[in-house]
Amino acid sequence: MVSQQEVTQSAKGGGTPLAASRNEAAIRPPVDVFETSDGITLVADMPGVSKEHLHLQAEGNTLTIEGQAQFDMPEKMEALHADVRSTLYRCSFVLSSELDTSHIEAILKDGVLAVRIPKRQELRARRIQVQSG
Amino acid sequence: MFEGLWGYGHPLSGQMRRLEEELDALLATGPSLTGTRNIRSLPGGAFPAVNVAATPEAIMVYLFAPGLAPKGFDISIQQQLLSIAGTREIPVDESATYYRRERFSGEFRRAITLPEDADPERVEAKYSNGMLLVTIGRRESAKPRQIEVR
Repeated sequence: MVSQQEVTQSAKGGGTPLAASRNEAAIRPPVDVFETSDGITLVADMPGVSKEHLHLQAEGNTLTIEGQAQFDMPEKMEALHADVRSTLYRCSFVLSSELDTSHIEAILKDGVLAVRIPKRQELRARRIQVQSG
Repeated sequence: MFEGLWGYGHPLSGQMRRLEEELDALLATGPSLTGTRNIRSLPGGAFPAVNVAATPEAIMVYLFAPGLAPKGFDISIQQQLLSIAGTREIPVDESATYYRRERFSGEFRRAITLPEDADPERVEAKYSNGMLLVTIGRRESAKPRQIEVR
């Protein structure tokens, strides 16, 4: 069975808050963060998380990502080995003012979340031509 | 405190990051404090992370392997050893400035020693939401049998 979910959603009001799981110790997912001339992209590994259990929130200048991993676990299961001891992922980042938090796009595919935060149009770096003369 | 997207440029953030990694490494190697570990175990933070569980009917191996295609796994069983290998290449945008590159990129292999009653003839693998679940049946004889007293 292949999961090919792709989600595009606004950072505001997407997903379901995971209030019930706030007491669980969260894993900080490994992330890549890179910047191009028009924005910043954040990519996070969140295996086991589907779009229904992903919550993205941009509040003030803070971007918070939470996800709850879900997987088939039969009853009467006995753990033999566990590298991973939590099913909750959480991380947050402080954004700077030139980033446009109202146009954040997020794509979740095969447990990899990619979040793109564009720079405000008027604040993008402009290349300045040097004229000879 | 230094989680800011811009934190990487700060002279202290490199040191904080190192400290964080050292702490992670220390915590990840916790079980080895007893001095004994599996000969095939990998240092903490190995990709992909593995959880193994068992029911009376099956052994279930969960691999936390996001961003792969179902065909990207090479799964084999020899004796009681389950091997899962693959490659996850993360393309690098040459024109971008990177602040963090924590995600694993490259070839991986994990080997898991299965209990003796694992049946190599009954193996199923399923990939969903970045999790690979390999289910290995257990041989009949290993199941607890109810003995009726007459």
